[in-house]
Amino acid sequence: MGHQLEIHGLVKRFGGFTALNRVSLHVKAGERFGLIGPNGSGKTTLINCVAGSLTADQGRILFEDRDLTGLPPHRRTRLGIARTFQIPRPFTSMTVLENLGVPLEYTGRTRAGDGAGNGMDILEAIGLERKAHVLPAGLTQIEMRKLELARAMAARPKLLISDEAMAGLSSAEVDDILAILFRLNAQGITIIMIEHIMRAVMRFSERIVVLDAGEEIAAGTPDEIVRNPAVEKAYLGE
Amino acid sequence: MAWTAVRALAVGAAVVASGILVASLRVNPYFYFAGYVILQYVVIATAWNILGGYAGYVNFGTPAFFALGAYTAVFLIQSVRPPLVVLIVAGGLVSALLGLGIGYFTLRLRGVFFSIATLALAIVLQTMIINWEYVGGSRGISVIRPSGPPFGSHVKFLFTVMVALAVVAVLAARFIERSWVGRGLAALRDNEEAAECMGVPTLRLKLFATTVSGFLLGVAGAPFPYYVTFVEPNSAFNLDYAVNALAMPMIGGTTSWVGPVIGAVLLGTAQQLATVTISSELNLFIVGVVLVAFVVLAPEGILGLVRRLRAR
Amino acid sequence: MFSWDLLANAVVAGLLLGGFYAAVSLGVSLIFGLLDIANIAQPAFVLLGAYGAYVMNTSFAFDPILTGILFTPLFYLLGAAVYRVYYGSFERRGEESLRGLVFFFGLLFIIEVSLSLKFGVDYRLVQASYIGHSIDVGGVGIAFRLLVPCVVGVAMTAALYLFLARTFYGRAIMAVSQDRLALRLMGADPVQIKTIAFGIGIAAASLAGALLVTIAPVVPSTDRDYIGRMFAITVLGGMGSIGGTLVAAVILGVVESLMSTFFGPSWALAVSFGILLVALAVRPAGLFGR
Repeated sequence: MGHQLEIHGLVKRFGGFTALNRVSLHVKAGERFGLIGPNGSGKTTLINCVAGSLTADQGRILFEDRDLTGLPPHRRTRLGIARTFQIPRPFTSMTVLENLGVPLEYTGRTRAGDGAGNGMDILEAIGLERKAHVLPAGLTQIEMRKLELARAMAARPKLLISDEAMAGLSSAEVDDILAILFRLNAQGITIIMIEHIMRAVMRFSERIVVLDAGEEIAAGTPDEIVRNPAVEKAYLGE
Repeated sequence: MAWTAVRALAVGAAVVASGILVASLRVNPYFYFAGYVILQYVVIATAWNILGGYAGYVNFGTPAFFALGAYTAVFLIQSVRPPLVVLIVAGGLVSALLGLGIGYFTLRLRGVFFSIATLALAIVLQTMIINWEYVGGSRGISVIRPSGPPFGSHVKFLFTVMVALAVVAVLAARFIERSWVGRGLAALRDNEEAAECMGVPTLRLKLFATTVSGFLLGVAGAPFPYYVTFVEPNSAFNLDYAVNALAMPMIGGTTSWVGPVIGAVLLGTAQQLATVTISSELNLFIVGVVLVAFVVLAPEGILGLVRRLRAR
Repeated sequence: MFSWDLLANAVVAGLLLGGFYAAVSLGVSLIFGLLDIANIAQPAFVLLGAYGAYVMNTSFAFDPILTGILFTPLFYLLGAAVYRVYYGSFERRGEESLRGLVFFFGLLFIIEVSLSLKFGVDYRLVQASYIGHSIDVGGVGIAFRLLVPCVVGVAMTAALYLFLARTFYGRAIMAVSQDRLALRLMGADPVQIKTIAFGIGIAAASLAGALLVTIAPVVPSTDRDYIGRMFAITVLGGMGSIGGTLVAAVILGVVESLMSTFFGPSWALAVSFGILLVALAVRPAGLFGR
């Protein structure tokens, strides 16, 4: 088997606007992978294509050597890809625990012998157990983000894509989420982190790819990225 | 089977039994006529809610599904005259197919396109039926009831049939609501994209809900020819069905099987009482106004209001 | 039974009908195509315009099209009011989908039933100097009651197109549908812009209704005939493309006319519905859509 996730020459256009211009990258199993870039660089478009919410115009995405072309998102989730949403999208009519019940039930059906449980263990690991029977309307900002993560974890992923889970959080809250992500990775889950909070990405990632205007402009370890002039230019302008 | 499921079935059986008991009494016959209509609305409202309340997809074309069930029955009565139970199942299946068809074309897109398609559907179907002479066309058709009905009266018999159908519909809704299908539908109603990404096969569930909803609407329409004995497009495709199918679940509450029942009983009874005092158009007008009022002011319906009162 | 004469007449009638259908669909094109508000009550507003023209025609012998134009400010205000209620009750709370749809359906229903209560179910028609006359062009008869609405319809389409492309508010409306940031940079308030757009959409219904009652008599249930047509045209033409609306309207008009002539008038509605379904299934972005 090659890399766990391989993206080859991905192109995505919206009308006249090219959001992704032949993006290729790969992620190894168990890796902590960072994806950064200025606003509008195509990061969310890229993960939407990986998750299946969008269909690319050209290119291929392979997960564990399997071509994902044409697979709807729910099938990809069952293969092991889970994602969070930049703006949290909880199931508003269900309690926190019931929110987790949906992925538990729907991925559990096809992944037999996993000893489902009801999600309380996930809530405890993430610090939400006291809000298990609360509706999402009664959650704070960081609790909503944690719910997003908990729900993605309930899908028992092999690869978790975290889309700006830390945006707008305080420093302590960022550390809280970071710790959760480190713990998940320690369990063997590959994590792709999309973030704007640089200290989090630099601390977390083993490898980083930088996108700008739909193209890859840099790739490497955090140290290499920090010293890369092209990256500085992309963020600060000429 | 879970104990609650057994209990539900037992309650359902008891309701049917009491329906039979009531039918063997000597109550004012008008009671059975009105009862039939109200129970018919229980089926219609429940059926609508499986797609509208559970999945969040609004069907504006209830008359099309109802009338298709009725006209399937007319067609069969004219041709092979099978027993009532065959008429009911056939009516249900044909309407189910209609639901599946509309769903296939539109459910891949946003919900609003499904709704628009159902809105246009009724008038198209009505036009086609008007041109089909075999089932009466625009003039309508007389239907001869079979002889020797149980309880000695056709209306009493149809009343008990409708009791049974109402029980079936409500039980079906209740089972769906509490099953993994129901939870998936709720997830896709709350946030379809998130549900899809959490492993819920949204398209398949939507098609399921559309098909079941269509089936039950067709089932509600199948006994109609025997009830009215004269079937013509204007009554089968009546606007009543369009607005009541929406108003009853919305007023009662859309998140549970209880809501449509409450709405059907309340609104249905009110309308039965009102038909003797006001014109049918005024009646429809009032229902429309009440519907808009609820949608704007109390979108969670009576169930929601009760919940909020209890929470205080 | 085919004849070139019949074909020519059918095509010409269809073209003329197309111009009228464009007028009728402009409101939906604007409100649903551009603003993404599923206003399924639009056919009822058109019908309201038709009955308004009827009343003025029978009481004061006003020309229907004149009435249609005269009532546009009234309808504009009505549209603005309706949007405000919609915005306050649904859009602001982020619950547009289910409840918003039911709200508009409720409006559609209330309007239709009110007209039924007030005017009964008899057909109502208008009298005007040009209705009943026709001219002959190369063996094809062109009825004025079709020609005049067609011309007005095309003029309305052109006017709306120019408004959207050339004026500040028109461009703001286009911006609302595409890019909220651009809108803010223009210094416009999205809610105000949408109110204006919705108002214009309903105002268009006033004139479209007048054209409707000119072409054929109306009953309260006539609005249902147009639901399929309006949305089929909007989807086929491309959501938000005014030019596309005209093209799609003409296509629909011609196909309907041909089906009507050779297979009977009852197939007309099936045509629009069929086009709607096929357009949704095959190319939901329409012919000219974004």
